[in-house]
Amino acid sequence: MKPFTYERPESAADAVRAVATKPGAKFIAGGTNLLDLMKLEVETPTHLVDVNRLPLGEVADTSDGGLRIGALVRNSDLAAHPRVRRDYGVLSRALLAGASGQLRNKATTAGNLLQRTRCYYFYDVTKPCNKRDPGSGCSAIGGFNRIHAILGGSDDCIATHPSDMAVAMRALDARVETIRPDGSAETVPLAEFYRLPGSTPSEENALRPGQMIVAVTLPPPPAGVQIYRKVRDRASYAFALVSVAAIVQTVGGRMRSARLAFGGVAPQPWRVPAAEAVLDGAPAGTPAFGAAADAALQGGRGCGHNDFKLPLLKRTLTAVLATATRTT
Amino acid sequence: MTSDDRPLFPLTRRQALEAGAALAILGRAGPAMARDVPVAGTAPPESGAPAMTVRLTVNGVAEDLTLDTRTTLLDALREHIGLTGSKKGCDHGQCGACTVLLNGRRINSCLTLAVMHDGDSITTIEGLAKGDALHPMQAAFIHRDGFQCGYCTPGQICSAVGMLAEQAAGWPSLVTENLTTRPGLTDVEIRERMSGNICRCSAYPNIVAAIRDASRETL
Repeated sequence: MKPFTYERPESAADAVRAVATKPGAKFIAGGTNLLDLMKLEVETPTHLVDVNRLPLGEVADTSDGGLRIGALVRNSDLAAHPRVRRDYGVLSRALLAGASGQLRNKATTAGNLLQRTRCYYFYDVTKPCNKRDPGSGCSAIGGFNRIHAILGGSDDCIATHPSDMAVAMRALDARVETIRPDGSAETVPLAEFYRLPGSTPSEENALRPGQMIVAVTLPPPPAGVQIYRKVRDRASYAFALVSVAAIVQTVGGRMRSARLAFGGVAPQPWRVPAAEAVLDGAPAGTPAFGAAADAALQGGRGCGHNDFKLPLLKRTLTAVLATATRTT
Repeated sequence: MTSDDRPLFPLTRRQALEAGAALAILGRAGPAMARDVPVAGTAPPESGAPAMTVRLTVNGVAEDLTLDTRTTLLDALREHIGLTGSKKGCDHGQCGACTVLLNGRRINSCLTLAVMHDGDSITTIEGLAKGDALHPMQAAFIHRDGFQCGYCTPGQICSAVGMLAEQAAGWPSLVTENLTTRPGLTDVEIRERMSGNICRCSAYPNIVAAIRDASRETL
């Protein structure tokens, strides 16, 4: 690990100012991903701004019936929160599907959104990686790419976003509240928060230097059955090969207002409005489920080892929709 | 057989293994505690590297330390305080051998910095027993033979203690059928909740049995 200085500011304003004014500075919250990367010198901050004692750890009802989740709410607390369990089951399930009990006790809401890809070449500083070292090339394209993206990648990067929580939040139309270094507030819909890699895979999200997430807000709970299904190499404590967050209402055997988000397959939680449109008003059944999967996979392509994700996504979505429409 | 032929320490292999296992359960490295022995990392911080003071309360004892900012909580416990019960397995949060209780909650001590925990209370495997009375989880691991080599055991036990508190607080897990009702503690629940602790000897059946036993005693 490279040496760094450390401070623990008392206010959010001080924290953003510190990161904005000190070159090489980074926020640290749970630290479960950042310290992992610092040990490998994938991340080499020269100054850490510890935000853990800022008052951003509350979950509160909003006036419109939604929920405001503080940036520092731990993943375990959020998963166990009574309102999340009752009204946003897809989020509770997604959180519980991620990491381990120990990690969830540390990992925060904002940190989960900002965690980095688990692409093995991003982690290996001896290998070219456009995300870690812009312009050096992508080792995954043409390399081992079993865990990589089938949607949204580019010729420069096919890394996936590893979060489960963010996939559920994407289906729930979450919004990300931030403060800028000048103290002003900016709210970004999660739908617009992440950047596709294109030719600049090192630019991953809408945050500018020093800008800090303070909360994530959820709109009032949507009607319908909520499901999170994660497919992985072992039953627990592994990243998704494919995951599906689904919120589906079924009325008289026909689906209504379906929301689908996918994890493990793209550089960001993936959502395809056309796939949801296919389901709207359609009778619940394999033909509609398959058509939705085909729409979701529009433009999808494998790079060799990850080709299996294309049929796996289709089968997982079909199974999820069958369950969602059967239980209503 | 004359008395000269007797082994100096007439232990069977089984007894020796049990003695070793007891050390794992208690978190003791052996007669010489690390505090008495110079170990890497106890020296003052590397010249020029930023250092800070921090106060940790470890197993009820206040410890004032001056540390290189890079020192993880695990290294502070092992190399600076001399509590070597918490183990360094992968050092990347993948194995759970370093699990300790931070203000009562289980965490991976390898993935957090000591300087981030000024004023916090940490319980390690060394702090679970009350004098000679083992914590029920320690006793259950011995009774059920919930280990082979013992390296993951301190982390398994600390994790299990934290896990039972989570379950008692009504936290669901991924395998909890109904999110809005109080979860029970089936073997499937124990396995899911303990998935952050890896045992390379694969003592899982006995670990699950030990936790099941201890849950009946402590809940």
